[in-house]
Amino acid sequence: MRILVCVKRVPAPGSRINVSDDGQAVDTAHLGFTTSPHEECAVEEAVQIAEKHDGEVTVLTLGPAEAEEQLRYAASVGAHKLLLIPITGVDWDPQRTASALTTAISDIEAADGTFDLVLFGNESADAGGFQVGIRVAHALERPVVNGIKGIDLADGTASARREIDGGFEVYEVPMPAVLGIKEGINLPRYPTMKGRLASKKAEVSATAVEAVAGGQARVRLHRPLEQVSETVILGTGPEAAPAVVDLLEELGVLS
Amino acid sequence: MSEFPNRANVVVIGAGIVGSCLVGHLARLGWTDIVLLDKGPLPNPGGSTGHASNFIFPVDHNKEMALLGEQSADQFRDMELSVDCGGIEVARTEERMEELRRRMTSAKAWGIEAHLLSPAEVRELVPFVNDDVILGGFYCPTVSVVDSLETGTTMRREAIETAGCQVFANTEVLDIETAEGAGGVTTVSTVVTDKGTISTEYVVIACGVWSNRLANMAGATIPLVPTVHQMADVGPIDILAETNNEIGYPIVRDMDSFCYERQSAGSMEVGSYGHRAILHHPDEIPSNEEAALSPTEMPFTPDDFDEQMEQAIELMDMLGEAEIRYAINGLLSLTPDSMPCLGETTEVRNLWSAAAVWVKEGPGMAQVVAEWMTYGYPRVIDVHGADIARFYEGERSDEHIWSRADESFIKTYGIVHPQEQWGGRRNIDVGPYFSRQQDLDATFFQARTWERPQWFGSNADLVERYGLEERPVEWDNRWWSPITVGEHLNLRENCGLVDLSAFQIYELEGPGAVAFADRLAVNKIDVAVGRSIYTPWLTPDGGFHSDLTMMRMGEDRVRIVTGVFDGGRDEFWVRKYMPTDGSVTFRNITRQVTTLGLWGPNAPAVLGQLTDQDLSQDGSSYGSIIPIQLDCGGNKVDASLFRISYVGDTGWEVYTDWGNGPVLWDAVMAAGADLGVRPTGGGVYGSSGRLEKGYRLMGAELESEYNPLEAGLARPKVKAADFIGKEAYLAAREQGDPEVQMSVLTVEDQTDSHGRRRFMQGGNEPILTPDGNRIVDSHGRASRVTSAGFGPSVGKHLLMAYLPRELAVPGTDLQVMYMNDLYPVKVASTGAVFDADDTRMKS
Repeated sequence: MRILVCVKRVPAPGSRINVSDDGQAVDTAHLGFTTSPHEECAVEEAVQIAEKHDGEVTVLTLGPAEAEEQLRYAASVGAHKLLLIPITGVDWDPQRTASALTTAISDIEAADGTFDLVLFGNESADAGGFQVGIRVAHALERPVVNGIKGIDLADGTASARREIDGGFEVYEVPMPAVLGIKEGINLPRYPTMKGRLASKKAEVSATAVEAVAGGQARVRLHRPLEQVSETVILGTGPEAAPAVVDLLEELGVLS
Repeated sequence: MSEFPNRANVVVIGAGIVGSCLVGHLARLGWTDIVLLDKGPLPNPGGSTGHASNFIFPVDHNKEMALLGEQSADQFRDMELSVDCGGIEVARTEERMEELRRRMTSAKAWGIEAHLLSPAEVRELVPFVNDDVILGGFYCPTVSVVDSLETGTTMRREAIETAGCQVFANTEVLDIETAEGAGGVTTVSTVVTDKGTISTEYVVIACGVWSNRLANMAGATIPLVPTVHQMADVGPIDILAETNNEIGYPIVRDMDSFCYERQSAGSMEVGSYGHRAILHHPDEIPSNEEAALSPTEMPFTPDDFDEQMEQAIELMDMLGEAEIRYAINGLLSLTPDSMPCLGETTEVRNLWSAAAVWVKEGPGMAQVVAEWMTYGYPRVIDVHGADIARFYEGERSDEHIWSRADESFIKTYGIVHPQEQWGGRRNIDVGPYFSRQQDLDATFFQARTWERPQWFGSNADLVERYGLEERPVEWDNRWWSPITVGEHLNLRENCGLVDLSAFQIYELEGPGAVAFADRLAVNKIDVAVGRSIYTPWLTPDGGFHSDLTMMRMGEDRVRIVTGVFDGGRDEFWVRKYMPTDGSVTFRNITRQVTTLGLWGPNAPAVLGQLTDQDLSQDGSSYGSIIPIQLDCGGNKVDASLFRISYVGDTGWEVYTDWGNGPVLWDAVMAAGADLGVRPTGGGVYGSSGRLEKGYRLMGAELESEYNPLEAGLARPKVKAADFIGKEAYLAAREQGDPEVQMSVLTVEDQTDSHGRRRFMQGGNEPILTPDGNRIVDSHGRASRVTSAGFGPSVGKHLLMAYLPRELAVPGTDLQVMYMNDLYPVKVASTGAVFDADDTRMKS
């Protein structure tokens, strides 16, 4: 069982996200970086599948050289092979990213064999484009299902579940297949201290891949106006009761 | 919630452990109209308190830190927000084992229960420790874990309930404004916040890592830098979970990997002081809204932690399989000398600092600041080492703070020698003879920013001449040289030239100068022009604030000469009490006047070659200051000759303009070439010469907890004029003989348990009874070594210590502990052990 997980290095922001002066990026001066949460779950799922099916997990990212940190994190929780497509400057657009990933995946598969599963996060935590996984699947001519919260494998088929109102949809897709994983499918493990130390020694292969820009360009990021929350003290002690009743009536809680 | 006030008596900024405890202590001392602000939410506003490990190891070599740590631990216990879990410092190296023996000595000094453990005994207490990698441990059963956030809440509640303190969270201070107070003194006036503006008499900055930024708003400085301390919470770990306890096992400090392991319920908190120093500017700290966790829990940089992680697994194998569930680059405050910043800022009247305080000292240091604001000086303990006024200008720049923090971070768990010198930021202030001293291969010790020669390599021949030897144990030999003994013996035999350029020199001038000087000093300053006065300055409670020399230079002019370690505090004290009616002006002339000390039996003969002045006691009497012109190789140099001695031999302090220094140095060295003059370092001036004469040193023997009677510095009569601390001083005199007396002791046998000759360093080693018991007076003050050094002219290692009066009798046999060994000592004197009647100085 060969599984590939594609991940993205994203900032780990607080409740307020600052935008750089040129409007092209999140201001990361105060921020650490992480792997998108959906992708963290994808790595965990891949590791669990590999543990069950004696498989091998490869993790691939396209990003700055620093994205090696996210690859090593994946290794610290059980991924076996780490691949970096290094880029410089601003993030690539989804088409260009998908194109580069497709090329890289094809090259790896040509050398080492087809991946039974290629897992993406449902969407990245920063850009939220919901595109790259689908574009890659399309280019590779493989079935793809997004929003996956459960996977069962049997006889070359992946049963992939996703939540809908009041229940699940289950898709049976022949492998090789592409799945977009959604947070909640599992509870990702934390790295152990030994895992972290071992990941320091893991090999990261970096291969530059060229791809042409797609049609989508970022014009500018805007930070939405902060919502100002207002607190009104209705009173203290028993004297506050009438005001509380009034408010509850106003809100329609009491009639 | 109360309405936002526009007036207050005191505004405390910062509701972490320090600010919250401070409002509680202010309330206890009767303060009202207190407002407490924090830009973050309560109970955890997002500063360092919120991510603190909250444990207190009570043993510290430093007296202020140890006693205020104890004081704090007791306050946490009184609030029932503390658990004694015990703690063990483990050693992986023999050098560290020796440090643990030194810690046993400090534990004894402060009366803290402690035991040295074998590796197997460590394992008995902490079964998951790998005893193969350690040589032993230092166990302290009263190590405690506290709830710092709940303590803050409790203290705030007390202040609210008893003093009507108003607390405003989520309130950001935008500016601190000042106004011109009486006499043109810049005085704090207003705190501007995003909720409104408060005019106030006092402001206290208790803002932890942000403190300097807040101080800068008012034009003041609080020299500290936010510094990363990495911490990871790893688990789950069954053996810990099985305790069903937040803390069921003693905390382990793995001193040689600069790490600690502290149980936190079912997981282990691994904290490190072993990584590279990671410093931040306050502006790099995110706001509460921007921070992913809290502002002071910055993103973890795992690469910096890996080495510590490996060592942690080595000590506790089970940690390897534990998951890293939470890891931060936690921020804490470091200052240029690793001590806190307490007291009124020197730049802005009524703007106070309570910063660079960790949880372990929080409540005690809050009490210190509250007492200081109330009584004019703290009562609980002397805090000269934490007084923010100690810093000179050159110590307040970012360059200096960062350099020191960069160097000192790794020393948090380090083995730091009492004499240890800094590597960086040297030669900030040097005397006019500096290049000559470099040519003479001087080893310089830095006193705050000032370089002072400790000994001269050019005097190495004296080692052979006097048959001197290195000390057998490296620790005793470190930062020491036998040359210093040679310089001492040469001074006693011939003559020594001592660079005293680091003296801090001030002048008071004006019609009110003498009266003001008299207000500062215990002894009478209104004496004849040309006379000097050695005098204590007291705190309002009658303890030592300073001891120094004042000189009546003219009818309306008084010079103040003080030591370099105390200059900042003394200058601030003068400015604080100076009349505001314009009758006195203050000048700091430190960099305009240089001083050379020339002492020894040949000193008159050497100096006599430069002048025709009668240098006998008739023409230049002891204690007098005479103007003189010296012939320095054809250059006429105007100077003042001050006949005095801090080393016990006849001679002078020669004061002259800074620019004259080099020619004066050259002339004295030339004149003394055939009379045995040698450049002589601080090892003689500050240590061996001084100790043989039993001279007290501010910050060592002299502290605010002791008064002049106890120090043996009281004169028979008290002057008529009023002075600060007079009432308390008179009250102490009325009580008759003091309970303790400063004494000099000789070490009768320096041989340790391994048969090696040892030399105590003067680092608070406890003086014990022949039975090995501590000696503690009715105020709880323990007898301990305040200064120590070898006395070459008496052939004994000398110790100074306060002893109860009945023991301060020559011939009394006692013991001293050093590195956990006991040595017999004998009380020699309450004065000098060399030339007790001062014949050599005064004849």
